[in-house]
Amino acid sequence: MSTETASNLNIDRSIGDFSYPESHQYDAGVGLTHDTIDYIAGVKGEADWVREYRHKALDIFTSKPMPTHWASHDLDAIVFDNIRYYLSNGQKANRSWDDVPEDMKRTFERLGIPEQERRFLAGVEAQFDSEAVYSNIKKAVGDQGVIFVGPTEGLRDHPEIFKKWFGKVIPAGDNKFSALNSAVFSGGSFIYVPPGVKVKHPLQAYFRINAENFGQFERTLIIADEGSEVMYMEGCTAPKFETATLHSAVVELVAMKGAKIQYITVQNWSANVFNLVTKRAVAHEEAEVKWIDCNIGSRLTMKYPGVVLKGRKARGEVISIALANDGQHQDTGAKMIHAADETTSNIISKSISVGKGRATYRGLVHVPKHLKGCKNNTECDALLINSTSRTDTYPAITVRGTGNAVQHEASVSQISAEQIFYMQQRGLTEGQAMSLSVNGFVNDLVRQFPMEYSVELKRLIDLEMEGSVG
Amino acid sequence: MNQLNAEEAELIINKPETFGNSGFADWFQKLQLDGWEAFDAEPSPRRTDEAWRFATIKSLDISGYSKPLPVPDADQAALIERSVGLKETAGRMIFANDQLLQREVLSDDLKRKGVIWEPIEKAVIEHEDIFRKHFMTQEVVLGSKKFAALHKAWVKSGTFLYVPRGVEIDLPIEVFHWLHGSGGSTFPHTLLVAGENSKVTLVDYFESSDNQAPGLAIGVNDLFLGAGAKLTYICSQNWSEKTLALQVNSTVVGRDASAVSMNLNLGANYARTESVSRLVGQGGRSDMLAVSVADGTQEFDHRTLQDHQQPNTASDLLYKNSLSDAARTIFAGLIRVEPGAHKTDAYQKVRNLLLSDEAEANSAPGLEIEADDVRCTHGATSGQIDEEEFFYMLSRGIAPLVARQLIVSGFLNEVVQRLGNQAVGEKLNSLIQAKFDRIKSRSRK
Repeated sequence: MSTETASNLNIDRSIGDFSYPESHQYDAGVGLTHDTIDYIAGVKGEADWVREYRHKALDIFTSKPMPTHWASHDLDAIVFDNIRYYLSNGQKANRSWDDVPEDMKRTFERLGIPEQERRFLAGVEAQFDSEAVYSNIKKAVGDQGVIFVGPTEGLRDHPEIFKKWFGKVIPAGDNKFSALNSAVFSGGSFIYVPPGVKVKHPLQAYFRINAENFGQFERTLIIADEGSEVMYMEGCTAPKFETATLHSAVVELVAMKGAKIQYITVQNWSANVFNLVTKRAVAHEEAEVKWIDCNIGSRLTMKYPGVVLKGRKARGEVISIALANDGQHQDTGAKMIHAADETTSNIISKSISVGKGRATYRGLVHVPKHLKGCKNNTECDALLINSTSRTDTYPAITVRGTGNAVQHEASVSQISAEQIFYMQQRGLTEGQAMSLSVNGFVNDLVRQFPMEYSVELKRLIDLEMEGSVG
Repeated sequence: MNQLNAEEAELIINKPETFGNSGFADWFQKLQLDGWEAFDAEPSPRRTDEAWRFATIKSLDISGYSKPLPVPDADQAALIERSVGLKETAGRMIFANDQLLQREVLSDDLKRKGVIWEPIEKAVIEHEDIFRKHFMTQEVVLGSKKFAALHKAWVKSGTFLYVPRGVEIDLPIEVFHWLHGSGGSTFPHTLLVAGENSKVTLVDYFESSDNQAPGLAIGVNDLFLGAGAKLTYICSQNWSEKTLALQVNSTVVGRDASAVSMNLNLGANYARTESVSRLVGQGGRSDMLAVSVADGTQEFDHRTLQDHQQPNTASDLLYKNSLSDAARTIFAGLIRVEPGAHKTDAYQKVRNLLLSDEAEANSAPGLEIEADDVRCTHGATSGQIDEEEFFYMLSRGIAPLVARQLIVSGFLNEVVQRLGNQAVGEKLNSLIQAKFDRIKSRSRK
């Protein structure tokens, strides 16, 4: 394949590429010290234990080195002292669409939230820089006892529910960036689904960075109580700024006995965002957790959603799609920690490297001894579009004892020149043919997305390719 | 000098007193000194090093081993007697503690054709140019830089084999390296240069005279294949159960050349092999094979690199581990396709057969691809004996222990078969069988 076709696959991010003048009421300034933390905790009026937790996390963050002994040295480009850690226009999320300021409404209009909300969504929350500006939850869902709030409200109003699990699935000291998030987290979703409640429609959140040099550190904790079911979707965008921006989230999921959680991410940050996210779930007996993770944007994404299979017959799954274009490194993967008998896990990862893009799969599968009947299946497929594209696969698998079965398979291939030629002689342009091939490559995974997302994804790929055919 | 100092002076971690007056040529002594300085400068492996991920770092303590011990004259005949390899060979050398005991020379015909087969101490003098050109020139990239440097400082013997252009040696050449005595060390070295369109098979056997004696083995083998050369190399590692073994293997495959290399791992307490295949010429191919039978508390640590530097190159790796008791295995391999190495065809597969609840298999098969139009696949599986297969054998009247071993032999034999050499295959299978017998007799106790 020639390098010219790189542009044919360039995903246009102009949909999210717009910004509004800043006029923030609260601004923690540039750089990170213990004073920054006191400022954030003060603005939020947090309890002492939360403030303490933040301070401790900051010490951990400072003491931990960058993980560049295995990760990309591009991380060294992040200058933590130049980042703004908290910006907001006040605490209270607007409950009615009419109360949302006009310029933010325009943002959401362009992101298509109100429409989607009207049609499908049970609850939606939109985060602009540090705080949620708009959140709503359909009355029917609220009546079922579902709690869908931000972390501040969650820890303040429902400590009996959230305090028990907060920071337990992912401790502050898990890695440097989970420590950073634990120190300065703001915004995000805290969700509790009571026993037996099956939330029919997906709950949804949008995250957007609007200010330059800003770091967004949202925190999500979802607890699905016994036998309940919930689906959560998040989308992210940011305008293109000259300097790098940091997004570092922590997402913790807890699926109690027999519960089901599906967590869907469509990440489309602009190409200067460092997206360093820690996501992990605990699945109790017979629970199911499924991460569906789609990474199209960002400069460097490092994200390895994990499931700790803690109860017998628990099931974990990660479905991952990554597209890396020029200047992008999608370093994604999955972690499956088997900790009980008869637990099963499945990882399917597909990546596409275009132009000078680099896609990396990093995986961890752990089956400790004395477990019986554990199964893992991992499949990684990489598609290389150009001769300058790069792909890597780094799985790590540890299995102890008999009675478990683990298999890993990976392959690397390219779009077949024959296929493209065939389509071209049937009247398609090279760009259209490429787009069709790429869509075909990811099609079986895209179909697992909820309808509106799979349509959106496919349209995104189609649209952008059509536009670039000359 | 008091007694304590004399003992310390014997340890390999202390600078050899012989530096500067070892009797080797000056240029070689300079290399040894370079090795010592590099050993001194390199940090020891740490748990956070990616190259040492999963490894039990505390097994790597080399501080207590003395330099290669002298072999008493009275023991030499017995060691030669015990050096039983293939029935027919083109040549044989036997070393004990880096000391040449016996050399059965090549046929006059091969000598006339220019084949050079000498112990290193002779090659240094008689074939300086070609030896120097190849001796320890390949960078150690998989973690054991420090240990390879120590090898360079201490190496004083081993084999040098040069097969000139167009010469084919039909029968295998054998080399035995014995570790004799207790608490000593050995630094086996193999340097093989196969000229254009030449063909050769070389087998290294690593053995200990006492299966319970502690020892240290740090080996290096460098194989160079000229255009169109065909090489089969086998390293049968059967050190004592208390040996700490580190082995650095490098194969450089030229244009249209084909290398098959195999590591058989049976002995040692901790054995690490680092194997690199560099495909530096178009049309080159490298088959990398390994069979490991691990039991007790053995740890086999395999690190591999399939480095495709040129287009149209192929590599195929197959590693199989059978694990009993509380054994551990590690496989960390990488297929690297460098920019421009289009039409690479690379395959990598590791399979672990876990036979006990305490056994642990770690697999980290990796890919790094910077070219396109490539076909790269890897797979890793960990499982146990198929109950149905087992049950079928029992129902045919085969005793459980025998059935189990038949299944394991069958599992491992696929790799041995890939060598395509019946005599060598039989020899390796008999070594594997002897290990099974050791496991069996231990489990009876």
